[in-house]
This record gives sequence, C-alpha cells and structure tokens, in this order.
Amino acid sequence: MSPPFKPSRMARRKWLSGAGWAFAAGSFLLVAAPLLSILYTVFRKGLSALSLNLFTHVTNGISGGLLNAITGTLVLVSGALLFAAPVGILAGIYLSEFGRSRYGQVVRFLDDVLTGVPSIVLGYFSYVTLVIGLGWQFSVLAGSITLAIMVVPYIARFTEIAFLQVPNSLREAGYALGLHERTVITRIALPLALPGIMTGVLLAIAIALGETAPLIYTAGWSNFLWNGRLIHEPIGYLTYVIWSFINQPFSSAHALAFAAAFIVILMVLVINVGLTILVKRTRPRRPGQR
Amino acid sequence: MKLRPFRIALVLITSLIPLALIAILVFLGQYSWSAITFNGWHFLYGHIWNLGNLYADPIMQRGQLAPIGANYGILVFIVGTLLTSAIALLLAVPISIGVAVFLAEGLGSNLRTILSFVVELLAAVPSVVYGLWGYAVLTPLIAHSIGPDLRSTLGFLPFFAGPIGSGYGLLAASLVLALMVVPIIAATVRDALSQVPLETKEAAYALGATHFEVVRRAMLPTVRGNIIGACILGLGRALGETMAVLMVSGGALNYFPGNIYSPISTMASFIVSQLDSAMQDPTGMAVRSLAEIALILFIIAVITNIIARLLTGTSRNVSSV
Repeated sequence: MSPPFKPSRMARRKWLSGAGWAFAAGSFLLVAAPLLSILYTVFRKGLSALSLNLFTHVTNGISGGLLNAITGTLVLVSGALLFAAPVGILAGIYLSEFGRSRYGQVVRFLDDVLTGVPSIVLGYFSYVTLVIGLGWQFSVLAGSITLAIMVVPYIARFTEIAFLQVPNSLREAGYALGLHERTVITRIALPLALPGIMTGVLLAIAIALGETAPLIYTAGWSNFLWNGRLIHEPIGYLTYVIWSFINQPFSSAHALAFAAAFIVILMVLVINVGLTILVKRTRPRRPGQR
Repeated sequence: MKLRPFRIALVLITSLIPLALIAILVFLGQYSWSAITFNGWHFLYGHIWNLGNLYADPIMQRGQLAPIGANYGILVFIVGTLLTSAIALLLAVPISIGVAVFLAEGLGSNLRTILSFVVELLAAVPSVVYGLWGYAVLTPLIAHSIGPDLRSTLGFLPFFAGPIGSGYGLLAASLVLALMVVPIIAATVRDALSQVPLETKEAAYALGATHFEVVRRAMLPTVRGNIIGACILGLGRALGETMAVLMVSGGALNYFPGNIYSPISTMASFIVSQLDSAMQDPTGMAVRSLAEIALILFIIAVITNIIARLLTGTSRNVSSV
C-alpha cells in the first residue's frame, strides 16, 4: 500500500509537528526558569539572613527582628478568616443548594467578578470608608476586613463546588427520613463537603498571607508587638517588610526583607503542597457530580 | 408560603457579596465626587500631576477648594498601565498557550501532575515577592544583558533604541507582569483543552493528522472562546497589579516613556506610591483624586472581568478562578 501523502509533504508535516512540540516544551521551560530563580534567590538570601533573633525580637528601625511582623501577619490573616470563612461558607452553601435561581446566578457571577477587583482598589475603598470614614485609622480591624473582602469569593466558590459534589441521593435519603432542610445540609452534606471547604480556606490563607497592597493604607506599619487593640493602632506584617525595607540603602534592611520573603514563601509553599495533597486525597472519594 | 429562617439567613449572608461590589462603587464615587467635578475630563487626558502649592492658602477653583496650581492629570499612568499590560500579554499569550498544550497533551499523567504544580506555584507566589525578585535579579539583568542585547538586535526600531538606564522601567514591569499572567491563562486554557470531546480528537486522528496537528487544527479552534476569555482575565490581572509593578517600574511622574527601558508608573502603582504625599494636601483634593483613579481602575476591572467571564462561562473549574 502506498502512503496517502507525498513523502516530502509528510516529512514537512512531521517537522512542523516537532517544532510545535518544541515550542510548547520551550514555553514551559521559559516559565519554569524564573520560578526556580525566584525560589533560589529567596531561599539563598533568606536563609543566610535567618537567625533566632528574627523570631524573638521586634523590628528596630531597619534592623532587629521580625517578631512584630510575624505575629502581625498571623493576627491579620486570622482576623480576615474570622470574617471571611463564615460568610464565604454560608454563601457557598446557598449557591450550591438554592443557587439555581436568577439571584443565585447573579451572585455566582458577581463572586467571580469580585475576585478580579484589583487589591489596591479594595485597599483604597477600606481606606476611604474604614480608616477615614469611620475614623478607625490604620488598624487591625480595617486590615482584616479588607483581606476578608478579598478572599470571601474564593471560599464561597470552593464551598459551592464541595457541596455540589455531595451526591443528591444522600440528601434525598435524609429528606426521606423526614429531616429538616437545615439538618440535611449541616449533618449530611457538610461533613462530606468539609475537605473541599478546607481547600478553599487554605487557599484563602495563602492569598491573605502574601497580600501587600490592600494593607499598606489600612493596617499601616508598627515596630511594636500588637497590643490587642482592634482600632486606632497600626500593626506590622511581613509583606510590608519586603516592600519597604528593600528600598532602604542598608544591608541590614535588605537582610530583613529577604528573611521576610523567605518566611512568606515558605508558608505559601507549605500551604500549596498541602492543597495538592488534600485535593488528591479527596478526589477518589468524590462520587459523581449531580 | 412557609417562612424558612435558615434559607432567609443564607440569602442575607450571600447578599454581602454583591453588596461589597456596590459599596465599593458607591463609596469610592461619593468620596471622589468633588475631585471628579474639580478635574473634569481633563483628568483623563492631562499628563501633569501637580499637588499645587501646599503652603499657600487654598482657593476656590471650579467650585472646589483646592491648593493653588493643583492639577491632576493621569494620562501618563493610563499609558503606563496600557503599555505594560499590552506588552505583558503579547509575551504571555503565546507562551501560556504553549504551556497549556504541553501540560494537557504533551505529558504522561505522572509528569503532568508534577509539572502542573510548577504553574500552580507560579500563581501562588505573592506579588511582592515577584517585586523582590525583579529588584534583585531582573532589573540588573535588564541593565547589563537583556537591555544591551535588545538594543543591538532591535535598535533599528525607535522604541528599542536610546538609553537603557538602571533596568527599572517598562520592560521590567512588563516581564514581571507576563510571568504573573501566564499561570492564569495557562490554567484556564489547559482546563478547556482537557474538556475537548474525545470524538473531536479521534475525528482528526482518523483524517491522518499527527498528534500536534490534532492539537493545532482540532483542539485549539474548539477552545478559541476560552482562550480569548482567559486572555482578558489575564489582562484584568495585569491592569490592576500593584506591588510587583511598583517595585520594578521606576515610578515615573509626568513624562511619557521614550523607549521600552524608560521608567513608568501604572494607575495602581501610582496610588500606592503617592498616597503619602497626597495626605499632605490640607484640602484633601489630592487624596480624592487618587480615589478617582481607584474608581476608574475598579470600573475597568469589573468590565474586563464581566467580558472574560461571559466568554469562558462561569468558572466551573476552581483552578482557573
């Protein structure tokens, strides 16, 4: 049997296909190389700047430790979760269980749009309303609420998807036993959806940990440990150190910036590895979608 | 009709999400209103940002109390925003499609999981860390090798000739933005590619196509809408990116970029870099003008995102959120 194409043409097509794959693989390398460079730079310079002092002392001008920034980041992120987790999870439950209405579709759409609002716009919005408007000044509460607005749409979306993957037959079984709608959702669907919700919350933590722009004019900066006040008191956080101290012409400031970047990226990395494992673990158990 | 307190509570909580969007629009609009009336359309096509004389008594101008000589024009920052985003997308779109094809079709399933993680990590790196990397690695690289190389090869084009400077500027900002946008576009396109029906692929194979021809001629055209949507999604991200751009862009004020190495400012980065000085204005007009920039940025972001979501369909896959 003769080949269906002229050999020269076939050779050309094969060559073009090879070039296409080479471009695809090359694109990947082009993207992977900077990531490796980022990790290498941050790990090398961050590790050499790391010392016990960082975790036991507060920042003193442009040197000292990062205790105030580390605790500040934890306070701000926990504060953000305190607002965002209940709202996001309940909104996600609504979207999955009753979200086929017109209202549900609109909210789902706007939820996606909210993830696209630039973080600096959220920061300025909070600056205008909370910092100036309500007179809270730079504070934990203003910073946390800003971060919460940022991460709520992600938690809502992940919760919705987690609930959608709970098989409907289980809900029907619950109703058949005469359970209340509320009981079916909280006692039957919620436990099964929990890993998916956790994924969303972890992602929210990773995002909140790394944000800078929405905090600069809501949380401010402080060299001191947080004294427990929710308003009228600025608070330090790690990403501020990265941004602000790298612009100082002192090596001690640069060392702090890289150490802060190392801590942030380490936390983000750990969370992302955790996310991958969590998603993998839960996938086989996910029954067919409804 | 039965009253359902549980469901009503859910509806009320859920309504916080649209309310947040409305509140942003309303409060930014209300706060910047006096600046909007003071600046007029000149805001968009003026290219001088001048706080005016902050030490003299402010005077009434155009119905608003503002410092003498105050003039707020943001054309330079609009140009900076559009140029950085455009160059970033120009670089990122072909590379993202290449990455998506490579991950979706070019690999066995084990390798795919590992290499997909690389792209996910790229999306997870905080923007301030991108800025730090830009500061420590990219800008010296541009000043000493990428810049001179570009100028010697493409120097006959006006935009690539001229002084290279310190490495901070349009090129550095665009490269960092491209890197930040790639994972967004690549993830969306990869997910779309993996959902192309098997029949479409098999039909192409049956016609004698090679594997790459199947991708190129059968699969990519099927997901064209998703690709465009993903690009607009990436554009939205690039337009609003703040910290990374701020740290590598050089922060130009009141002049347009002369070449691709020139320092620039984008609307987002300008808001952060200028709020401290704007607060010195006792009339508050500068801070309100910055709010007007934020309002414009918000409107642009919402419009680009609405278009992107309509094109890709409401994201079914969370990894593309």
